[in-house]
Amino acid sequence: MVWHMIRVFLGASVATMVLGMVSSWVDRKVTARVQYRVGPPLLQPLYDVLKLMGKETLVPARAQRRGFLLAPVVGLSAAALAATVLWAANLWPRQEFVGDLIVVIYLLTIPAVATIYGASASGSPHAAIGASREMKLLLSYELPLILSALVPILKVARSPDFGATFSLGSLVAFQQEAGWALWSASGAIAFVAALLAVQAKLTLVPFDMPEAETELMGGVYVEYSGPPLAMIKLGRMFMLAVLPVYLATLFLGGLGAATWQGGLALAGKYVAILVLIVLIRNTNPRVRIDQAVRFFWFLVAPLAAAAVVLAAMGY
Amino acid sequence: MGLTMLGLKKSPWVYHVNVGACNNCDIEILELLTPRYDVERFGMVLVGSPRHADALLVTGICTRQAESRLVEVYEQTAKPCVVFCIGSCAMTGGIFRHAYHFSRPVEDVIREADPGAIIAHVPGCPPKPEAMILGAVKALATL
Repeated sequence: MVWHMIRVFLGASVATMVLGMVSSWVDRKVTARVQYRVGPPLLQPLYDVLKLMGKETLVPARAQRRGFLLAPVVGLSAAALAATVLWAANLWPRQEFVGDLIVVIYLLTIPAVATIYGASASGSPHAAIGASREMKLLLSYELPLILSALVPILKVARSPDFGATFSLGSLVAFQQEAGWALWSASGAIAFVAALLAVQAKLTLVPFDMPEAETELMGGVYVEYSGPPLAMIKLGRMFMLAVLPVYLATLFLGGLGAATWQGGLALAGKYVAILVLIVLIRNTNPRVRIDQAVRFFWFLVAPLAAAAVVLAAMGY
Repeated sequence: MGLTMLGLKKSPWVYHVNVGACNNCDIEILELLTPRYDVERFGMVLVGSPRHADALLVTGICTRQAESRLVEVYEQTAKPCVVFCIGSCAMTGGIFRHAYHFSRPVEDVIREADPGAIIAHVPGCPPKPEAMILGAVKALATL
């Protein structure tokens, strides 16, 4: 049993690493094409990580050493664990454990908190501003993300077979029978809200103000170098691979059946969500933190709440 | 070391340091990073912190005030790294060589801080972006 879990964890981590590197390349290549450029070669994210692993690790004199160096590891492991739980729920939907959706949501908040901790531990004023922006962003996008996750749960709760449950496996199995959660008014609105929240969670433009290279000299990551920076970049690639799968599981049915058709369908859903994320990234400027907070609190959260109300009424 | 050098050649991240330039070289560096020359296909990315950088693009004559700051930025750059002296001012002091505020060429400043530093020169006043790309390619090929 333990060996099985370790195998699933290692398999999911390696698959997410490869998927994350390819997705990161797709992001950079599409951005380059949109800007009439050529863009980097396919293995560029791999070269970046390899190069960073070979550089020296510099720790500022004023930094709290252990927290500074441990934060990227914690963020990376949380992303890997979330990937494991998501892939296990998709591959074996009947072997569920109740509450794994809550586990995934909690695990997905850890990278942001680890970023804040590492930035605060670095002792730099640039990182401090970046950390405060990341904190405010975290407070603003978590509410719409959780509200939008309630919509598929409510749909499953109203169906007679499954009843009230927080398990991802039930969500996948329910969507296999009753159709995607996206094909309903509440599901569509919740998907839009969740997509915007995911854009902020990935700290991609228009919500990349914590790591604003032009403004803040690297913001939250300004004091990192070498292998810790490699782990931060890897962690961001992991999140880019995990979050579209999370959205696909909740709203697009995930891996419907564990056959090659289901796998192809999941790949298509993943690519569609990734393209949406990259297009939003390329067509928007960076917003200020107060604009982002106002956007999430007064526009996206009420939208997600309206979706929850609609789902409770059955639409 | 082979994998690291491969990574360094394929993904050199640059950080721009102006130690007293007239801004002409800085404008040319900015042009280098525009979509027209597209250095991202070589893996070059402009980073916001010297700790993330592999290549320091130093422009300008090293004024007396900037000398200690340049050494500090060099020490904050994670080794292995390459220092590019962009333009004749960074290489030799250019037309401001006999001015009161000029201290030493950038190469001497960096060599004093780190005798084993890898330093490349890109001459010109200002050097064209194509010359900078040629200099970068030549420097990375010797690694």
